[in-house]
Amino acid sequence: MTVMPLVPPGGFRIVEAGDSALVVEFEDRVDPGVNARAIACARAVAAARHPGVRDVVPTYRAVAVYFDPLRTDLASLGALLEREGAQPAPAGTGAQAPIEIPVCYGGTLGPDLAAVARHAGCSEDEVVERHTSQVYRVYMLGFIPGFAYLGLVDERIAMPRHATPRVKVPARSVGIAGRQTGIYPSESPGGWQLIGRTPIAPFDPTRPRPFLMQAGDAVKFVAIAPAEYARLAGETGTR
Amino acid sequence: MASIRIIKPGLLTTVQDLGRWGHQASGVPVAGPMDPYAHRLANLLVGNPENAATLELTLIGPELVFEQAATFALTGADLGPRLDGRRLPTNTVCQAEAGAVLAFGGPRRGARSYLAIAGGLQVPAVFGSRATHLISAMGGLSGRALRAGDRLQSGPVTGRVPRQGWRLPPIVPLPEGGAVLRVRPGPQAEYFTDEALRTLESARFTISTRSDRMGYRLDGPPLTHARGADIISDATPLGVLQVPASGQPILLMADRQTTGGYPKIATVITADLALAGQLAPGDWIGFRVCTLREALRALIEQERPFVQS
Repeated sequence: MTVMPLVPPGGFRIVEAGDSALVVEFEDRVDPGVNARAIACARAVAAARHPGVRDVVPTYRAVAVYFDPLRTDLASLGALLEREGAQPAPAGTGAQAPIEIPVCYGGTLGPDLAAVARHAGCSEDEVVERHTSQVYRVYMLGFIPGFAYLGLVDERIAMPRHATPRVKVPARSVGIAGRQTGIYPSESPGGWQLIGRTPIAPFDPTRPRPFLMQAGDAVKFVAIAPAEYARLAGETGTR
Repeated sequence: MASIRIIKPGLLTTVQDLGRWGHQASGVPVAGPMDPYAHRLANLLVGNPENAATLELTLIGPELVFEQAATFALTGADLGPRLDGRRLPTNTVCQAEAGAVLAFGGPRRGARSYLAIAGGLQVPAVFGSRATHLISAMGGLSGRALRAGDRLQSGPVTGRVPRQGWRLPPIVPLPEGGAVLRVRPGPQAEYFTDEALRTLESARFTISTRSDRMGYRLDGPPLTHARGADIISDATPLGVLQVPASGQPILLMADRQTTGGYPKIATVITADLALAGQLAPGDWIGFRVCTLREALRALIEQERPFVQS
């Protein structure tokens, strides 16, 4: 059975999500160009400071606009979204020089590295090589404060998440779930395959810039030795 | 300025304001009161701005002592409040002398009560909000529910404090054992069969015991997907009904995550969120699709107390 796409290639549509949110949807696929369009649309809508709008949230291929229905002129908000939704994809994908994030792979810090190597049919070193050779795009943040969804992971090491999630994943663990990779900003439950840990906190409310990444950023992982991890973790006050 | 000290925390007592809006793009959940209407009414009664921090009390209220005299009000659920043993009315401006003990007990009606104190509760604002988000341990008192021995200060009273005994009858009635909530279809109604939409409107669902401030898991006939049970993750509004592969819907509430990967069949209208917030595990829920006009009319009707005062 062929399922007709709800949004045609290059197009967009606006859907209602209750009486206090509208969603601008772009093509239904994980793609840097589509994502760049959603992020650019979200920035423009947020910059317009439309009266009544409470929050503008870009995701992989959509932008949710939350508003107070009693303080929002729906017709003019609709017109703003029609205008910004119709904008073509920005030149390039909007990514700057990649943010380099040091990761200590394997051992107790990356308990699933061996399983990912078995899944890929290669050595642990090769998993690390493949994970660090890619420049990833931050498609969106969600789940918990500061959790960035990065993609796309090399197909060979794209191991699906655990059937039963761990009850506790340590903060700053680096994981893989299919073709996504990401860092747990705080201790939380989670099902991703944990291959390493970074000494850098993705989210720290005491920093001038609390969030390390935002949607549209480019990220590259750099492998570090346990001694270097310990040294950096000591400097940043993480453990 | 006054302070309260918690003697017994109750089932789940948290500091809430109208929520942490504006940071969902960084994955920061909104949190806020489960019944935003009752929260606002409580603040209105004691002369606070509607976003001032209140205590949300859940099913079994706390026991607390007013260490200084204070003006306060309780709205939303009736959890059987007593001040030094004397039964207190809800939705009414009350006065506590220094040393007075507020406790709860007896039959209840509704699930969540809001305690506002003139001046508002003073906890540090995180990203502009004092609302407690339990999972991310953000806001409120150290990001957690209150415990015995905790002490909270109220801020200076800036506005005029209404006189004791002033009453604001609530426009939203408290549910008795369940409620019909009005919804708008979407944002992913096309991901479901027509049959699923009919089932949504005709069936009665039961709120599972595995429900919390993040969401209500609903037991009932499964809602069938027409385009698969996975979507590319997108934003999750308050009051949306997401449906995982099992077909059993989850009504997303105040502490919901900012994004999710399940299709969402319908969204509860803003005017009925107060009713939703007063439901408890074991209660039934029905859904009825309404027009956008009806949704907005209901909301305007609810705003009357805030416009008049």
